Amino acid sequence: MSNPRCVVVGGGHAAAQIAPSLRQSGWEGTITVVGEERAVPYHRPPLSKLYLAGEKSLDDILIRPAGAYEKIDVEFRLGRRVASLDPDRGAVLLADGERVPYDALVLATGSRARRLPLPGGELAGVHYLRDIADVDGIRADVRAGENAVIVGGGYIGLETAAVLRQLGMRVTVLEMMDRVLQRVTAECVSDFYTRVHREEGVDIVTNVRVAAFEGEQRVRAVACQDGSHYPADLVVIGAGIVPNVELASEAGLEVEDGIVVNEQCRTNDERIYAIGDCARHHDPRYGRWIRLESVQNATGQAKVAAAAICGHERSYDELPWFWSDQYDLKLQIAGLSQGFDDVVIRGDIETGRSFAAFSFAGTRLLAVDAVNRPADFVFGKKALTAGASVEKERLRDETTPLRALDG
Amino acid sequence: MGMVKFIEADGTTHEVEIADGESLMLAATRNLVPGIDGDCGGVCACATCHVHVEPDWSEKLTAMADDEDTMLELTDARDEQSRLGCQITMSPELDGVTVRLPFGQH
Repeated sequence: MSNPRCVVVGGGHAAAQIAPSLRQSGWEGTITVVGEERAVPYHRPPLSKLYLAGEKSLDDILIRPAGAYEKIDVEFRLGRRVASLDPDRGAVLLADGERVPYDALVLATGSRARRLPLPGGELAGVHYLRDIADVDGIRADVRAGENAVIVGGGYIGLETAAVLRQLGMRVTVLEMMDRVLQRVTAECVSDFYTRVHREEGVDIVTNVRVAAFEGEQRVRAVACQDGSHYPADLVVIGAGIVPNVELASEAGLEVEDGIVVNEQCRTNDERIYAIGDCARHHDPRYGRWIRLESVQNATGQAKVAAAAICGHERSYDELPWFWSDQYDLKLQIAGLSQGFDDVVIRGDIETGRSFAAFSFAGTRLLAVDAVNRPADFVFGKKALTAGASVEKERLRDETTPLRALDG
Repeated sequence: MGMVKFIEADGTTHEVEIADGESLMLAATRNLVPGIDGDCGGVCACATCHVHVEPDWSEKLTAMADDEDTMLELTDARDEQSRLGCQITMSPELDGVTVRLPFGQH
């Protein structure tokens, strides 16, 4: 290979990281990024926060300007869709017929909003929230004093509810489970977020399933299966995301809720890697196969894949971490709490706005969710990263300073 | 518009232009300075933009807020000169500020 070619499919956080990481790892060949969106990679988390609030522009949230990629000789083909892969001949085929050959291929295809197949879903005013075009559409429909209904009480739904409330809308969140954030956190944390949203004037309704969106051209109401109706001038659906794995599965790669990869983020085709939201890997710390939807995972896997492509094999073993901003709440999460059987709270989760929830399975710390408690987040993240044991009962006693618990 | 100098752990130096009000983290990521990740985009949530400010400059910086101080605990090799690049914004007095980068972000 005199001039090897690396092709990256997808133009999000993972692509933004792997391009410079390839150069830093010594890749001297070409780098071509094919992305469906028209913008070079941007920070996606602000979409449901400062960008929706109108406090940041696209330029403000670009991970870096287009010119920076030119300096390291990375070619972007934006607004272009990949139709299929040809792993036998080492090429990707674009929807417009172009064939782009590769020596190494990185699938950084990300994920898309889960669509709800409900009547009225095509009405004006009904939105999903995944990319910048979605948020531009939502912003055009924001009017103070009007009714917004959020379908889904996950992080995206709650972050959106917070911003729309701050923009002066009357906001209702409809959640089909019996609590918000049910999939991702403990009951006490769900209760905390429900309380704060209600204090801020958001109506949160649980155990309710949407049946249809009603209206002529524009949405006017949301109808639920129990017969209830909610007036709606704007609807934002946050019903989770679906990994974009179709290119991989059609090409015969191993897929199981995500493109299956090894410790180097390599698929079962040795020239093809998968990173970020679309990839499923085995987490050595938690001992199970997982697919993560986070910036940290996208950038961490990008670095490992870039190294592997350049012949330096490292193993991906980063501790997962996440954050979410709502109102004056800064939530930082380290670790994965699934499988917990006990939660230790420090701080005032009942009436205040600052606490940390440490999730344990037996005596083993699994995760920390910290709201406006960065010191607890830092303590938990360090302990989890090091695999250090934490004395649960001493942690539960809030008179024990965190420093006294350092292993 | 001013200038900031980033010095990698191996001595490689990057002098990059930076606008008043822009953070050192943004100037670094915008210019692909290796060793500054800035994963969270500058909201003081990740501590992947750790820098050591050269002593001559540290007294010109605005004081460190509690959350920055706490987040720095996540970094390796924290010392008296440690700051998070996302929390240092450019001003005319800082033109020419020089920071050293750690071996890697934690």
